[in-house]
Amino acid sequence: MQKKEVIIVGGGVIGCAIAYYLARLNVKALVIESEEIGHGGSSRNGGGVRQSARDPRELPLAMHAIRYIWPNLSDELGVDVEYCQEGNLRLAKTEEHIKILERVIAQGISLGLDLRLIDQKEVREICPYVSDEVIAASYCPTDGHGNPMVTTLAYYKRAREMGAEFITGEMVQSILIRKGKVGGIKTNLGTYESDQVILAAGYESRAIANTVGIDIPMQRTLVEALVTDQQPYMFPQMIGTAASDFYGHQTKHGSFVFGGMTGLEPYGSEVDNPITRSITAPSICRAILGYFPAIGQSNIVRTWSGWLDVCADHVPILSKVDELPGLTLACAFSGHGYGIAPAVGQSMAELVVNGSPSLSLDAFRYDRFQPKS
Amino acid sequence: MTMKMERKLIQGDFIPRADDELIVCRCEEITQGEIRKAVYDGMFTMNEVKRYLRAGMGLCQGQTCSGLVQKIIARELGLAPGEVEISTSRSPARPIQMKQMARDGVKK
Ligand SMILES: Cc1cc2nc3c(=O)[nH]c(=O)nc-3n(C[C@H](O)[C@H](O)[C@H](O)COP(=O)(O)OP(=O)(O)OC[C@H]3O[C@@H](n4cnc5c(N)ncnc54)[C@H](O)[C@@H]3O)c2cc1C
Repeated sequence: MQKKEVIIVGGGVIGCAIAYYLARLNVKALVIESEEIGHGGSSRNGGGVRQSARDPRELPLAMHAIRYIWPNLSDELGVDVEYCQEGNLRLAKTEEHIKILERVIAQGISLGLDLRLIDQKEVREICPYVSDEVIAASYCPTDGHGNPMVTTLAYYKRAREMGAEFITGEMVQSILIRKGKVGGIKTNLGTYESDQVILAAGYESRAIANTVGIDIPMQRTLVEALVTDQQPYMFPQMIGTAASDFYGHQTKHGSFVFGGMTGLEPYGSEVDNPITRSITAPSICRAILGYFPAIGQSNIVRTWSGWLDVCADHVPILSKVDELPGLTLACAFSGHGYGIAPAVGQSMAELVVNGSPSLSLDAFRYDRFQPKS
Repeated sequence: MTMKMERKLIQGDFIPRADDELIVCRCEEITQGEIRKAVYDGMFTMNEVKRYLRAGMGLCQGQTCSGLVQKIIARELGLAPGEVEISTSRSPARPIQMKQMARDGVKK
């Protein structure tokens, strides 16, 4: 079989975006996806494209994506990815909540982000549907949201048109080594040769990296989301809360997509399928009603869950592996890989092709983790 | 696991058909032509077509159009309908008002 220029493992938004930006650099990648395109977190997430409350290391990626890529992405890919940049409101109900927001705001401002605390009156002006319980919010006018399912498929479609190859329904099991360097990969159905392998398989990247003795300190957490029926237009902002009990937005279609945490996520049972738990959707609904009573009239049409690939320090690993030339990691997005995906895709393509991405990825090295003493 | 598929480009331009205007997904008003074009664009599974177009994503969650969408995808790809896996069904089986769902599990 003909040797591939680059093999990307995983056809989520990250794998598809890397394939697209590689194609723009005239490198034709082969993407191997075990299920279907966008099977993982990429089709299950809340669509938030946020800079506010991002880790200082990750913020430059988010800012770059929002300033330079998201605004033109639909035109560039030829598919409407429903990007909407109308700001993010993180709502507070108590003085404790305001303290949480103040910390996040101080950090954001110190890094050059337009982020501020607004009072109840201003919150109401921006979003008239909040309940009386909401007393303040942080507001980042340049945040927003997009449609993650379509974004993933749009990157896939455009990369495919530009010559990237995609295979679905084939599972990568291990990395092959030839003379101390990457030689290719082995799947459940055969082998593929390449000097360059990028792991963008979410949590499963860990087991694949383990086959060549590389470990990634990440855990898998199951989180859940739901969607309502189509509602009249209400508000365009991305919504979150200082209490972190729910988040979400109204989609272009009119339905509301909401996610939320019960607090028990890390202790879910060890199931292999991403199942939904009966306690979660009602808990998300109660949280929403406390902030947006008017949405209580809507109907829940669907609930689902998805895995987060949570890194020990909550920022991703975007890095070449020194011990094994040709191996590159793009995983451990820790629940916020969608908003930064365009910047990640672009930088990773540059990293693989010429070794020097225009945005520094130094903070995301795989060997940054140190023991306490 | 899903069947292996190579996502090769479909040769030639997209060819419209006389009955492309037929509405297949009634909830979201998605036509046969849109579904055929989505397959041409690379959406080879029911979940992908659904996520790309919203076919089967509306109020009835595909209970009406699933079989039709499945047949159209199969025909475009030269497969038997049964070879195109049906998309995932999820709870709730019928839409539930948010206010009502919020009461589930609350101790009196
Ligand atoms: C409920 C929820 C809400 C979220 N909300 C947000 C949000 O608002 N904003 C935000 O930025 N992010 C959010 N995220 C996180 C975001 O979805 C992810 O960070 C992002 O989708 C990661 O993309 P990915 O391509 O790395 O992973 P995935 O989409 O998981 O893709 C990995 C792919 O690899 C495939 N794969 C696995 N093993 C193998 C193998 N052995 N061989 C071949 N293929 C394999 C999988 O099938 C999968 O398709 C949320 C996530 C969840 C679950």
